[in-house]
Amino acid sequence: MPEGPITSVPGGQPGVSRRNFIKGVIAAGATVSASAYLFRANIAGQDSSLPGSVERLITLNVNGQERRVDVLKHETLAMTLRYKLGLTGTKLGCDRAECGACTVLVDDVPHYSCSVLTHTVRGRKIVSIEGLAAPDGTLHPVQQAVVDGQGFQCAFCMPGFVMTAVGYLKTNPNPTRAEMAHGLSGNLCRCADYNKILDVMMNAAEGMRRA
Amino acid sequence: MADYKLIGKNYVTPDLVAKVTGKARYAEDYRAEGMLFVKLLLSPRPHARVTRIDASAALSMPGVHAILTADDMPAPPPPPAPPPAPAPAAPRPQGEAGAPGAAAGAAAPAAAAAAAAPAAAQPPAPPRPRVPAEVALTKEPVYEGEPILAVAADSEDIAAAAIERIVVEYEPLPFVIDPLDSLRPGGPDGRLEGNVFVGANVETLKWTAADIARIEAGTFPADAAASETLVFGDVEKGFAEADLVIERDHYQQTTSHQPLESRTAMAYWQNGKCYLHGSTQSVARTVAAAAGWIGIKPEELVLISEYTGGGFGSKIPGAQSMAIPALLSRKLNGRPVMMRISREEETYIGRTRPGYQGWLKMGFKKDGRLTAIDMFIVEAAGPYRRQGDHATSANNTSLMYQVPNMRFRGVSVATNTPPGTSQRAPGGLQASVMVEPMVDEAARKLGLDRIAIRKINSPEGQAQFGLAPVNAPPGRPRNKVTSCFVKECLDKGAELFNWAERSKRSGQRRGNKVTGVAVATGSYTAGSIGVDGLSVLKPDGKLYIHQGIGNLGTHSVIDTARVIAEQVDMPWEKCVVVWGNTGNHVAWSSVQAGSQTTYAHSRANYAAGQALKRNLQELAALELGGAPDDYDVGGERVFRRGNPGRAIPFAKAAELAIKRGGKFDGHEVPKELNGMTKASAAALAGLGLMGVARDNLPRDGSTYSFQAAFIEVEVDVETGVYRIVDYLAVVDVGTVMHPNSLGGQIHGGGIQGFGHVRSQNLVYDRHYGAGLSNRMYNNKPPTLLDVPVEQPMRWAAVELPDPTNPIGAKGIGEPAIGAGGGALICALADAVGDGILRRTPVHPEQILMSLAAGKPAYETLTAFI
Repeated sequence: MPEGPITSVPGGQPGVSRRNFIKGVIAAGATVSASAYLFRANIAGQDSSLPGSVERLITLNVNGQERRVDVLKHETLAMTLRYKLGLTGTKLGCDRAECGACTVLVDDVPHYSCSVLTHTVRGRKIVSIEGLAAPDGTLHPVQQAVVDGQGFQCAFCMPGFVMTAVGYLKTNPNPTRAEMAHGLSGNLCRCADYNKILDVMMNAAEGMRRA
Repeated sequence: MADYKLIGKNYVTPDLVAKVTGKARYAEDYRAEGMLFVKLLLSPRPHARVTRIDASAALSMPGVHAILTADDMPAPPPPPAPPPAPAPAAPRPQGEAGAPGAAAGAAAPAAAAAAAAPAAAQPPAPPRPRVPAEVALTKEPVYEGEPILAVAADSEDIAAAAIERIVVEYEPLPFVIDPLDSLRPGGPDGRLEGNVFVGANVETLKWTAADIARIEAGTFPADAAASETLVFGDVEKGFAEADLVIERDHYQQTTSHQPLESRTAMAYWQNGKCYLHGSTQSVARTVAAAAGWIGIKPEELVLISEYTGGGFGSKIPGAQSMAIPALLSRKLNGRPVMMRISREEETYIGRTRPGYQGWLKMGFKKDGRLTAIDMFIVEAAGPYRRQGDHATSANNTSLMYQVPNMRFRGVSVATNTPPGTSQRAPGGLQASVMVEPMVDEAARKLGLDRIAIRKINSPEGQAQFGLAPVNAPPGRPRNKVTSCFVKECLDKGAELFNWAERSKRSGQRRGNKVTGVAVATGSYTAGSIGVDGLSVLKPDGKLYIHQGIGNLGTHSVIDTARVIAEQVDMPWEKCVVVWGNTGNHVAWSSVQAGSQTTYAHSRANYAAGQALKRNLQELAALELGGAPDDYDVGGERVFRRGNPGRAIPFAKAAELAIKRGGKFDGHEVPKELNGMTKASAAALAGLGLMGVARDNLPRDGSTYSFQAAFIEVEVDVETGVYRIVDYLAVVDVGTVMHPNSLGGQIHGGGIQGFGHVRSQNLVYDRHYGAGLSNRMYNNKPPTLLDVPVEQPMRWAAVELPDPTNPIGAKGIGEPAIGAGGGALICALADAVGDGILRRTPVHPEQILMSLAAGKPAYETLTAFI
């Protein structure tokens, strides 16, 4: 794909580009818009839940499992995860690639799932916050560092931050505090618990290096 | 200080693993069989009357189930009843008209002044129009984006398509964006009833042509008519005594609250009850408000809000819009209805902090002592009610600077912009941002140290504060605080920050970079009284603590539960905190606002813990002989002093309590309990040994917390870009209850203060009344790149207990934001010069242009640009 990834993670692989996302939306008529009434031309005619239209059963690899799921053409990954697969840990904070609360890993690269069309990630490896801990409940080192430091406040942004950190640390396991801040800066915390977030994420990095 | 096992210690809150694994459920995370989805039709006009709605085409669409309009809404409820206990420091929940209750002492005088001041100057007039209460759906939208109707359908796509097919006709009405436009002779009024909020009423106030001419010349008309005036002492006399007088115009922007979780709600009905999954700061205190919006009795509502994604004042008792899915569901025989609120919708209906256009004059003696403060503020209140931030700013200033003479004049203008409500330290943040740079300017002009000029004016002990209406009867005592250690904060901070050396860097230039170093203070209310604590020790040997406190991220819902455990020496692992669902029988609570909870519920839970202990002692005396005072508790047993072998384990005591009944197991409870707690205790009676009590502990005064913030910034004078290099906060919050959480509150507040000074801004097109910054990228909250990174932010507490709290604790949420915002703007002034940056947010181009011009080179007074 010619365009770069949506998230600007150093070392990240090209993924779904903005242009492709927009093209997909145009092709489908509209995205699942949470905006009141601005993006819905011809939706009724294209809505595959209406009689006469076709839905697509596709297979997604989510959290290590193959999941068969019925996906609309214009459906975003965030909506599929939240409303089709029951994975509500992925949060929607802005609906439009501004806040990062919906960040998931696609082939280990953090993506804003509100801005990824689900049909573009067939065959890719998707990991959401629910897929981080081990099956026996053992937390991922990044999760454990959050717990140990009583990180975050309201925590609505937390799943996105954790996923971004996990992805970022794959590309830079030994970041300085400034590098970590830059790596996480695509995620917003409105409680502005940034200082503590940096503390726990630096602890996480150290914990992972030691492990 | 007492030797506590739990209080003051770090621990992991029991909700944290659920949060970090994605299992925690916020309002939009609930699913129910057959759930429908809602879309809203929002007003495209800033002020209009809806003349016709034709929804026939929409309703005939397959998959569309119901429409809800203003005609379906219940009559607005009367204002919520005041809390049963005298709670002078109660913050103003949404919907409570008028009083800036958050401002404790002067709040009441301010409200009284609002009603009294104009009356004094005018002959008897016909009754003034009262402001109609805000309802979730309206036929007279008073701001762009106000919801007109809602549609429930099988999917959001279908609901959105249905909205598109609904025809709505509007009759446009006059509207106001910039408050000063409304004060012009012949200027538009933001409401049909008038343009200025006075108490719970709307009046009409226009300034003179001469006043307007001064505005057009770029100066605030400081002698224009005010609709409310408060005084203390004699301000003219004070200025006559001053050696230095400084006056400045001033502008602060209106900002959105922007909680990351919008006010999404899901509702259904079952067996005559409405089950509402909402996003709200408070739980106990949301029930009556939400029931009123839905039009049902509080006992018919089950509210579920276990996790809330932030509120910052915008969801104190939830939101009016929560009624929409509840009423649509009722129309559909109880079928579940989910209403997701998008970010743009949240910007419209999600509340704002009122902006200021104003003027401040301060008089100082040579030694830095303040002789007089004169403050005039026009607040952009939004369309529904007097917000009162402006009067709270005056109140807060009279506390932070113990000035003998002060006057406040204010106008609360109705603007057709998103509704105002309390935002973290309403009036307190603005006071710090407005006042602190002028104190620094005076220090520089008088050759004084900036900490010294603060200490000579700052409060201590049970300091008095507050202003009164002009014609208030004499002899009314001023308000006073329960404790104040801001001087200690300044001293401790000076040492930790190495102020003596660091402040020498002021104005130093290295290449393009100029250093600014500053200190600023903030204060705010930090606690109310009169709420309840409720706990049950069950035969399983666990202590269940039923909290009516919302879980909005401050951890106070959990932290204050530890106070009960501490009283009976209960291991924390054996404590279960029950919260977030009124179906689980919770105690009456303070609102989770006004930094009240930590203080209010450490008192209430202390009382409940003492009641629990007393029940254990009395039970032991009955079972084992002797008097109750012969017994003590510890090690999960109640035991005889001096003979610890004579003991009853807690689990056994719970069984015995159930056998004995009466007050032991909650069948009899104290009469003074609040109603919700009585009902909850009745539901829990017979399940174990109960400890329930109302906070009847004495308090003389209002409780305030304080913070001093120290900061170093670096301003690039070639680009105007600035960054914060170092930040230290020192707080007076009494006893520290949970250090990790406190640190988060201190710095979260500080950084939100940075956001106010550097980037957040609500921009409107004044010609069309249309919002231009409805998203986060153009109404930008602080990011990780806006905070000091190389040098982690630091904090410390002076740890001097408040004498009116049995633990000694006070709240923190709000003082932190004012100190942070004040510190940043002071540091910028330290770097680029006094009197230049009089408008927030401070954009780099504002710095560049002003440096080039040698004076402010931007619109000083225009609002919403």
